[in-house]
Amino acid sequence: MSVSAVEVRDLEKVFSRRKGLWHRRKRAALNKVSFTMERGECVAILGQNGSGKSTLVRLLSTLLLADGGEARVFGYDVFKEARTVRRLVNRVSVEASFFKKMSAAENLSYAARFYGMGPRETHQKIPRILERVGFPPNRRNESMENLSRGMQQKVALARALLTSPVLLLLDEPTTGLDPRSKQEVQTFIREIRERHDSTILLCTHDMKEAEELADRVGLLDRGELLFLEPVADVLERYEVDTLEEAFFAATGRTFEDEKTEDDEEREVFA
Amino acid sequence: MTSAAGDVTQAFTRRRIVRDELIGLFGVVERNLYLTKRYLLWDLAFLLWTVANTLTIVFIARGIGIAPAARNELETKLLVGGVIWAFLGIIFEIVTETVAWERWEGTIEYTFMAPVSRPVHLIGMGVYAVIYGLVRAALVFFAVVVFIGIHLPHANYGAAIALLAIASISFIGVGMMTAVLPLVSPEKGTQLGFVAQGLMLVVSGVYYPVTVLPDWMQWVAKISPATYALRGNREQILNGAGLAWADVWPLLVIGAFSIPIGLSVFKVGERYAKKHGKLKRSG
Repeated sequence: MSVSAVEVRDLEKVFSRRKGLWHRRKRAALNKVSFTMERGECVAILGQNGSGKSTLVRLLSTLLLADGGEARVFGYDVFKEARTVRRLVNRVSVEASFFKKMSAAENLSYAARFYGMGPRETHQKIPRILERVGFPPNRRNESMENLSRGMQQKVALARALLTSPVLLLLDEPTTGLDPRSKQEVQTFIREIRERHDSTILLCTHDMKEAEELADRVGLLDRGELLFLEPVADVLERYEVDTLEEAFFAATGRTFEDEKTEDDEEREVFA
Repeated sequence: MTSAAGDVTQAFTRRRIVRDELIGLFGVVERNLYLTKRYLLWDLAFLLWTVANTLTIVFIARGIGIAPAARNELETKLLVGGVIWAFLGIIFEIVTETVAWERWEGTIEYTFMAPVSRPVHLIGMGVYAVIYGLVRAALVFFAVVVFIGIHLPHANYGAAIALLAIASISFIGVGMMTAVLPLVSPEKGTQLGFVAQGLMLVVSGVYYPVTVLPDWMQWVAKISPATYALRGNREQILNGAGLAWADVWPLLVIGAFSIPIGLSVFKVGERYAKKHGKLKRSG
């Protein structure tokens, strides 16, 4: 029997924040989100800041507990079988997130140890994987703080791939990168798709990136998944020419519209 | 559950899991070694500060006009107190920073989503803290001994180190309980860890005999591992005593309780953090 790579059903996450001494204000970061992803598929989830994209990634990474619904990765319950799921998943987020004084090689060794890779294995694998992401070999032992954002993001990609994840969660991996670095990262994501048996969930607010890299595109708005289908189907359904127009048709707002106070609070919570 | 996805999940035998956990533990120690190497100058500055701080305490014995033999004894007692304060401080700081440092660097999410078990992660931090703390304590001890000119003809250093190592089991357990504080309260958690360290030493007779404390504090002192470490170390350094069972068994009992309690407290804290979205980088 074939099992979906990701199966999310009625997933809910609510964050609360103290408002005054007695009251707590609640905001739904995810509201009954359901979708499935097949093995080898690349799905992009679009959404503004605070739409719930990062919350979804953090739930699937076992970093959050859901308030309702369920999520499975290759059949394993994300919340009840977290340790098994952790072996299958890795992620790249918008912030590269490294020990800044440590070198790229040292940071990768640290990450690899947690996945059971000993010194002999990392000694061989780390130079190879850094070379693959286009990281200059002579800078391998330099502190991360001396590397550009683009370089750091390449090391982040290397860290994710080092553990051979079957589900790769990419949370705005190209946000804030210069055009060249962005292009390089996108090329590498394409390469992962072509060469590896990885399923990719790409959360982004870059519509062009989503359209170019993903098999299906979803729209998460204020915690609700409004659609998830191939780009052509989205455009046909809303009778529009671009994903931006589809966003407007689905939400009644433009992607760049000013946020309401409610949206801003949701952004802080999520 | 057997692999529902066919070949995407590997069969993790018990042997493989143990091997992976040991590599994970090594990884934590190795990472801390990398960081110590990178922050070496900062570590040296902190070491100098600790030596100076210990000297300010040991010099008190010089100012109270007592006979040389009694003064040497008082200096030694104060020195042992100062060194254990520094040792405990390092253990609490490193174990508490399991969360605080990773949050500050931004790596917390990657570490907490990795498949290594939390006990192994925390024990790895504890193992490094004990090794680093012992080396540092020895350096502080001998720097002050040489500077002040304390005579320690009978000191049993082997027994003193062994007792500190045994006490460390309990210290790590208590450290695990405080390590949860930055997880629950990112802003104030680390400072609360220092409060715990201070309270433990106040009731344990860090620079004075426990008998000078109010009765209720003497009762609390009985469950503090630092009480037995201080008492035993003073006897070992001053009189050359060996490992006294009267000090060892309470430390083993406290250790047997504090490690599981520490792990349980951390587990509850981690669950709370996952529920409320606090398991993320700051900034």
